[in-house]
Amino acid sequence: MNIFTVILVVIGAIFMIVAAIYAISRKDLLVATIATSIISLVLSVFFFILQAPDVALTEATIGVALTTIIFVVTIRNTKRHEEEEE
Amino acid sequence: MTEELMQQILKISFYGASLALILIGLYGVLTKKNLIKILLSMAIAESGLNLLFVAIGYIMNGTAPIFSTAVLDENNQLLETVTMVDPIPQALVLTAIVIGLGVTAVGLALVIRLYKHHNTINIDEIRNLKW
Repeated sequence: MNIFTVILVVIGAIFMIVAAIYAISRKDLLVATIATSIISLVLSVFFFILQAPDVALTEATIGVALTTIIFVVTIRNTKRHEEEEE
Repeated sequence: MTEELMQQILKISFYGASLALILIGLYGVLTKKNLIKILLSMAIAESGLNLLFVAIGYIMNGTAPIFSTAVLDENNQLLETVTMVDPIPQALVLTAIVIGLGVTAVGLALVIRLYKHHNTINIDEIRNLKW
């Protein structure tokens, strides 16, 4: 446990929270999907730091790739932009 | 920086990030009107829950499962033990990730069917959901 791990974890945690707020507040659903996949990417690094390499590999494939693909396919079949709330 | 302080910062970062993700996802599920945005918020909350489980099972300076080893010297005296982190939350989270993908896929299939039928994915405009 060295100082670089601590710095990486703190920066990653802040990055995750910012990406989550960004994903919730965007009206463009495609941008929100990419922000969610960035959350999963940081999450898989966190799992590796927490000594869970199997969970990290599963999260990297499923969270980053497969979830993004099925969301993109759904947005392709429906509407890309969320309606403005009145 | 001492070892104690670094471990405290790590704990605060992991628990704070996971709780923040759960709360942000809950806020999105409760307030958003778009069905795809609601499913996206569910995925975010689920990521936070997975991180919380693995962070609870972590033991400081542990190694990856499944072996705990004892280091012996030439007289079979115990020098030190290398402990492993708790494997139960990792197995549970591994299952939960895959089930989460299944739940998201079924929800998105339903969203596509609703869009074909009603031509909108705003939950206020789909009248059949209200009674």
